[in-house]
Amino acid sequence: MITLPLANFLAQPVGVSQFVIVGAIMFTCGAVCMATKRNALGILMGIELVLNGANVNFIAFGSPYLRNDAGSLGMDGQLMSLFVIVLAAAEAAVALAIALNFYNNFNSIDVDRANQLQG
Amino acid sequence: MDTSIYWPTFLFWFFAAVCCMFAIGVVLATNIVRMAFYLVLSLAASSGLFFLAGADFVGAMQLMIYVGGTLVLLIFGVMLTSQAKFVSMKTSQFDWTLATLAGFCLLAVLISAALAIPEWKGLERAEAEALGIPQTATPLGMGLLGARVDAPTRSGYLLVFEIVSVHLLVVLVGAAYLARAKRKRSAAVG
Amino acid sequence: MGCGRQGFVRPSEAPRNAHVVAKYINQFTEQLLQALGMSVDPNSFAVSILGHVIAAMIHIFLLLNLVAVGALVFIWLERKISGRIQDRLGPTRVGGKFGWLQTLADGLKLITKEDLMPEGADPLLFRIAPYVSFCASLAAFIALPFAGQDMPFVAQHLNVGVFFILAVLGLEVFGVILAGYSSASKWALFGAMREAAQVVSYEVPLGLCAVVPVLLAGSMDLIFIGDCQTGWFTNWYVFHDPFTFIVFWIYFTCATASVNRAPFDLAEAESELVAGFHTEYSGLRWSFFFMAEYGSMLLVALLASILFLGGWNGPIPVARLIGLEEGGWLYATMWPGWGTYLACLLGAVNVIAKGCLGIIIMIWIRWTLPRLRIDQVMTTCLKYCVPIAATMFLGATTWQFVIPGRAFFGFLPASQTAFEVKENWSDLLALPRQATSSPEDAPTHDPTPNPQPPPAAETGPKQTHRPENSPQPLTRK
Repeated sequence: MITLPLANFLAQPVGVSQFVIVGAIMFTCGAVCMATKRNALGILMGIELVLNGANVNFIAFGSPYLRNDAGSLGMDGQLMSLFVIVLAAAEAAVALAIALNFYNNFNSIDVDRANQLQG
Repeated sequence: MDTSIYWPTFLFWFFAAVCCMFAIGVVLATNIVRMAFYLVLSLAASSGLFFLAGADFVGAMQLMIYVGGTLVLLIFGVMLTSQAKFVSMKTSQFDWTLATLAGFCLLAVLISAALAIPEWKGLERAEAEALGIPQTATPLGMGLLGARVDAPTRSGYLLVFEIVSVHLLVVLVGAAYLARAKRKRSAAVG
Repeated sequence: MGCGRQGFVRPSEAPRNAHVVAKYINQFTEQLLQALGMSVDPNSFAVSILGHVIAAMIHIFLLLNLVAVGALVFIWLERKISGRIQDRLGPTRVGGKFGWLQTLADGLKLITKEDLMPEGADPLLFRIAPYVSFCASLAAFIALPFAGQDMPFVAQHLNVGVFFILAVLGLEVFGVILAGYSSASKWALFGAMREAAQVVSYEVPLGLCAVVPVLLAGSMDLIFIGDCQTGWFTNWYVFHDPFTFIVFWIYFTCATASVNRAPFDLAEAESELVAGFHTEYSGLRWSFFFMAEYGSMLLVALLASILFLGGWNGPIPVARLIGLEEGGWLYATMWPGWGTYLACLLGAVNVIAKGCLGIIIMIWIRWTLPRLRIDQVMTTCLKYCVPIAATMFLGATTWQFVIPGRAFFGFLPASQTAFEVKENWSDLLALPRQATSSPEDAPTHDPTPNPQPPPAAETGPKQTHRPENSPQPLTRK
């Protein structure tokens, strides 16, 4: 039968480093999104991506399936992730309320218009 | 050596590819509604990653709270604030270059850190297959109530749970107050 | 009194259905190829893909058939029942006297319609919205079991089944919002906003109601919840205490609101919003929205049947009475395993029958009650459903604390077999730990699974695998 070059690659379990790389990519995308978007809601989406990248990291560090820690249940990582998700939801709610107020006052969602305190 | 396909690895690469692709899509898209849609797909794929790492409770919670709650809220916000002329706003080229450069540097540092630790290389296949199916719901519930099942001499997460609950209550009240219906001001200020 | 079972398969040892099917497919392929003269290594990469892919496709095919054929049957059923309620006959021409192929004819008509897209519409989002709704509706069936105990009929045996299904149900709202936004039409956007607000608001009391059977069983695993209701209808959770009885009706109300059925269907109200979020959709795209809606209806009805109405355990334990269980006379006359399979098949028929009953009630309510306005919908949710659900949750908790281990409003002792179902997450703790972990963590817990409680003298049998709030070692006795 044909031996594909992927054979070894897809036959071994992944480790924590692959999960951390995915988390890093999401984090960087979120950071770039926060830095470049002019729409306030675009910045909020960047924040969600950043928090999600951190969550992936937490889960990976705690998981017994990725590290050689068969007896634990990965609870620490999961619980920290849980709290991050809850706090992200809370922060998104407040940020949206602020963005709505901004829109109602300035009639624009462009954050470059928020320059009243400029020196 | 066992060369048959190991499905968790294949599924990991699938979900990771979807997640990263749509995260990059969020950065590159200009239409705000499409950005929101790509974000939904990216977070749903990362929920798949959580399931693969044995955290099915957190994966389901990600779907319910993050994707089904926070992102619905975000999309409502997008629709309330995106009149046609604000749907695509362009950033200057200089800002883009600077941000991408900084992003790549950060990514390089993080990836080199991720690949540098030998304990993170992953299990052998035989060991991984010997592990059972995760059943973390009851231990998580008990951990939130302060009783840790896997390390009974250490304390649980009761205090954090209480703090986060009160925090959520405060945020609920605050956001409802901030977003209350007010008399609309007429023209743009400043 | 027990029915002679050897004890249930521990979830950590249960053969995962797809792996077993895949193994058989691989063995079959190997034998087939050997018979044809080629020798192949079943362990090689390329061949090992085949078994699992076919196994996965079989599972998907079964679930997709359930949703699609279900939608077919329920649309026909709705037209017949609505006709009868309105004192007319309903479809009577296509496929014989009862018109049961009417939906097929409708589907053919829809396929031949022109595929329109409004001019200002966002093409990607407009096209993808029906599929998002349908995928969310179908994905929730992954964790829904149709039979339990020794041979669960479930695509994926999740420990957090209830939570997963509620989470995925909540994703259906994305299809609605995207459809409403991308249609570039005022009416579609209004309809989508109202429907999204309604679905998201009703998820809260839905979750509160779904948590009550979870607390009665002690686990979110749907197979566990179903297995705890074995026996006669007196063991059903809906008859467990008066609080759960009321919770069942609140759950049904919230489920009806969650899938946007009348009287909560103003998102589709013809008299108000043209057709709501799917105004601009025609032909096959529109039919996907409807398959998603009927799929969700079937899902919440099946979930209600498993959580409250006993699932695969009927009002009468037919399999036990006709000797089809292990140790029964009919079981002994069959090949090994077939008896269990037939008993589980009877259970699956039972679950689907109860789901159909739930859907018939939803259809009946739709054509009986007038439609609610949006403010009435939100009032029902926030002022009635949420407080009642919360109070009943408190009541059910208090009842379970004060009178544990009883069934049928406290009159009968709980079924023996309910005590034999174990979750066994403590098995994972018995595996060897990492060498660098601190020494006091490893030897303090006993690797044996929780001992089975003696049936007679227990006051709180289900509480033995939940220690009280102090961080003590897990073993008792």
